Amino acid sequence: MSGYRLPAGGRVDRNKPVSFTFDGKSYQGLAGDTLASALLANGISLFGRSFKYHRPRGVLAAGSEEPNALVSVLRGPGRFTPNLRATNVEIHDGLTATSQNRWPSLKTDFGAINDRLGMFFPAGFYNKTFMWPRSFWDRLYEPAIRKMAGLGDAPTEVDPDTYAATYAHCDLLIVGAGPAGLDAALEASGTGKRVILIDEQDEVGGGALADPALWAWLERSVKALNAAANVTILSRTTAFGYYHNNFIGAVQRLTDHLPENSQAPREKLWRIRAGEVLLAQGAIERPLVFDGNDTPGVMLSSAARIFANRYGVAVGKSLALMAVHDSGWHDVFALKKAGVGIAAIIDARDDIDEALQAEAAALGIAVHLSHSVIGVKGRHQVAAIEMCANGSDVRRTISCDALLMAGGWTPSVHLWSHSKGSLKWRDDLGAYVPDQPNENCRSIGACSGDWDFGKGAVFDVLPTPKDQARIKAFVDFQNDVTANDINLAVREGFRSIEHIKRYTTNGMATDQGKTSNLNGLQIASTALAKAVPDIGLTTFRPPYTPQTFGALAGHAKGALFQATRTTNIDGWAEENGAIFELVAQWRRARYFPKFGEDMHAAVNRECRAVRGSVGIFDASTLGKIEVVGPDAAEFLNRMYTNPWKALEPGRCRYGLLLKEDGFITDDGVSARLAPDRFHLTTTTGGAARVLNMMEDYLQTEWPDLNVWLTSTTEQYAVVALQGPNARKLLEPLVEGIDLSAEEFPHMAIREGHICGIPTRLFRVSFTGELGFEINVPTAYGRALWERLMADGAEYGITPYGTETMHVLRAEKGFIIVGQDTDGTVTPYDAGLDWAVGKKKPDFVGRRSLARPDIVAAGRRQLVGLLTEDSKMVLEEGAQIVADTNQPVPMTMIGHVTSSYWSETLGRSIAMALVANGHAMKGETIYVPMPEGTHKAVISSMVFYDQEGARLHV
Amino acid sequence: MILIHCPYCDEKRPEIEFAYAGQAHIARPVDPDSYSDEEWERFLFIRANPRGRHHERWRHSHGCGRFFNAVRDTVTDKFETTYKAGEPRK
Ligand SMILES: [Zn+2]
Repeated sequence: MSGYRLPAGGRVDRNKPVSFTFDGKSYQGLAGDTLASALLANGISLFGRSFKYHRPRGVLAAGSEEPNALVSVLRGPGRFTPNLRATNVEIHDGLTATSQNRWPSLKTDFGAINDRLGMFFPAGFYNKTFMWPRSFWDRLYEPAIRKMAGLGDAPTEVDPDTYAATYAHCDLLIVGAGPAGLDAALEASGTGKRVILIDEQDEVGGGALADPALWAWLERSVKALNAAANVTILSRTTAFGYYHNNFIGAVQRLTDHLPENSQAPREKLWRIRAGEVLLAQGAIERPLVFDGNDTPGVMLSSAARIFANRYGVAVGKSLALMAVHDSGWHDVFALKKAGVGIAAIIDARDDIDEALQAEAAALGIAVHLSHSVIGVKGRHQVAAIEMCANGSDVRRTISCDALLMAGGWTPSVHLWSHSKGSLKWRDDLGAYVPDQPNENCRSIGACSGDWDFGKGAVFDVLPTPKDQARIKAFVDFQNDVTANDINLAVREGFRSIEHIKRYTTNGMATDQGKTSNLNGLQIASTALAKAVPDIGLTTFRPPYTPQTFGALAGHAKGALFQATRTTNIDGWAEENGAIFELVAQWRRARYFPKFGEDMHAAVNRECRAVRGSVGIFDASTLGKIEVVGPDAAEFLNRMYTNPWKALEPGRCRYGLLLKEDGFITDDGVSARLAPDRFHLTTTTGGAARVLNMMEDYLQTEWPDLNVWLTSTTEQYAVVALQGPNARKLLEPLVEGIDLSAEEFPHMAIREGHICGIPTRLFRVSFTGELGFEINVPTAYGRALWERLMADGAEYGITPYGTETMHVLRAEKGFIIVGQDTDGTVTPYDAGLDWAVGKKKPDFVGRRSLARPDIVAAGRRQLVGLLTEDSKMVLEEGAQIVADTNQPVPMTMIGHVTSSYWSETLGRSIAMALVANGHAMKGETIYVPMPEGTHKAVISSMVFYDQEGARLHV
Repeated sequence: MILIHCPYCDEKRPEIEFAYAGQAHIARPVDPDSYSDEEWERFLFIRANPRGRHHERWRHSHGCGRFFNAVRDTVTDKFETTYKAGEPRK
């Protein structure tokens, strides 16, 4: 093709030249050009290679439906965007664009061998060929396919751009600012409604931009809308998805068209809730299906008109038209008047409007009715076309350097379909149009099938005397699907269009079949001898055009991907070298290494400190719920397995919470502060879930109970002081509480002051040592912690993290819900029979504890494990077998749930769920691990201080 | 994103404020012990999976916190109505 810049016309600024590069070569365009129009003006016809056959491809369209001319744009390190449509890329000084799917160069591409082997790559080729042998897949097929296939290259660096997001609400959202959309906006602008008008192009106007007769009207309209305070115009904005209740997702491109990378957000995601939606997206011209229709220079007729009228670019010196629709004739007349050479009009129809024929004659354009193009000469650009009278074999060649296709129009029903509006088939248009809406939505203008482009006929494949099986007539240009592929799929038994689509991949490329779906349907319809409405239509799904991950992710990346909850003491832990772990959304100190210790050494030291003197632990993340009201005790009695009514104020109780199915879901120590007030604690990860569950029962099962539940997790900082010297350290700091063993026994709570701060002081222990959990208002957490650290220096006070907490609790056989239980463990399985109130008539989950499968023998029960090799720490999650001589696969009788090195005991300890484990104490089991099988003996879960003497001091 | 009418707040709010809470109108028996194993199994595990109208529970988790009932069409995803817990099935 030999496109060139017309001497006049277009909306480009002829006084503003723009320099850019394509495949490393410099070119000049004009301000207002797209990459496509600028390259066409420079005589470029070859834009890329196709996906499967690597066939040379040019520009098919002028808008976002473009399937062929995909390019990559580099805007500096990390700013690489593949698969952009050259027809949508606005040029600016310094734009760096490259073609895709070619190696080593666009003109010489090794992958094009696929094209020569085309007969070996029919529909379903991959499915059929690469099935076997299986071993070939990893070594041969996949690497080869990966090298050859793929659309563009994925960026390899972190995206340095920022992306914004916003919500918007309006009474009327109009999608598409062509004549129909602008008219609707003008009408609504006088009503006082809040109106948002969205358009994907850099300039509003849609089809009017290619019609100079409408430019004066366009200018007036845009001026009026800009002056209307109730109208917001968003250009460069693509409404990509239409969701429930008139919720529309749109991405606005803010900086890609600017020469310099700015600090401003690159794109902005709009989430728009509209009272009413007007869809005015227009229609997309349909290509025609004939041999060689993908040769660079064969393009949509409307596109050639847009390039001429909007950009002042002729796509060639001598253009031929292949039409089955009147609109092509109008395009050619406009082109001729703009000074573009027209070689001929070929129309497959017999009966053409007299007026059109007269105008063609007046303009001196040769016309061939009842003729079809049957071939294209030229590989990298059109050199000539071959045509033939329909039904004959009289062939004739016409020289031209571009061929325009006027195949009729397809209304853009994408967003309408996203909204689940129904479609109806119109035979006269050969297209689906909107029928019944599912939302408060209307479709107007060309996307509703309402247009003034004239009449047309519908052809699936143009008539040809050639052997249909040997021609390459493309339907889906981006995925390289030919008419033959669709016919083959039908021959092989595919009947549903959804299956034909997946088998041939027709319409499954990034353009989602904007130019191919209807032609594919027509061809399948002919092959199946069924009317199009009887074979259906494939589903449209968001996004309308591909969008960046950046825009969809917005701020939700890096540290902002998910909120991290921190305690008031977190800053101290960070300053003192803590290694952290995430627990639920909390950042918790895992251990505090000193002098280059590894975790093992640090944890051993921390454990020794707690057992030997005193350790300090940030327990603020424990879930806390304040349960208040006259029926508080009754409510807890129904929720938990344990009895609560007799619990004295000032005392604590370990509570076990089941789901209605009888399985453990949470646990925690709770305190009765007053007859009508409890301070509940839950696991760190379970707080929200437990509150939700309690609210559920309270609101819906027992609304008669007078109880209030309040989450107080973040109201209190909790400092756990654990170890034989804990009381000695605490005593001088506490006012109003007698800490003596007699007055303040294990599992008690007192209210008073510590360092002048009001406190709820628990005497509880998750370590097996004398221990206190000091609850103070959150803001005082760090102050209290630092005071205890200072005063505790004489006892060698040692901060410890969650890892040490885990070891110490395991030495005592205390379970962690979610680690030692997995949602299938009952209180009996966990050895917590003592926590189940046998005399209670009911509690959540009680009835399930009598279900046949719960009382059956053989359930996995929680036990202790002592390895034969005391230095061997088992892997958590490792499977357990009874007999290593059995054939593989062996019967697995359980698995390890917790496993640690116990510095206190000088050996490893573990907990495990083992079938019938409670009855197997003393028996030997085996734990196969990658490096060998380990022998262990089932033991009690309480490894240390079995009688609890260290607690009651 | 669906808009859901909270019958307590009497406002339509975006679905991200709400949490689904399973099929509605399944009351916990007053005396679970009186249920046979089969009846208890039905209460615990057996749920409807209709094509069309479905009575279900939602919670306005990030609003008033109340549980309420709704009738939603499982095909169109449209809410026919919402009503307060305790009110008769609609
Ligand atoms: Zn509410």
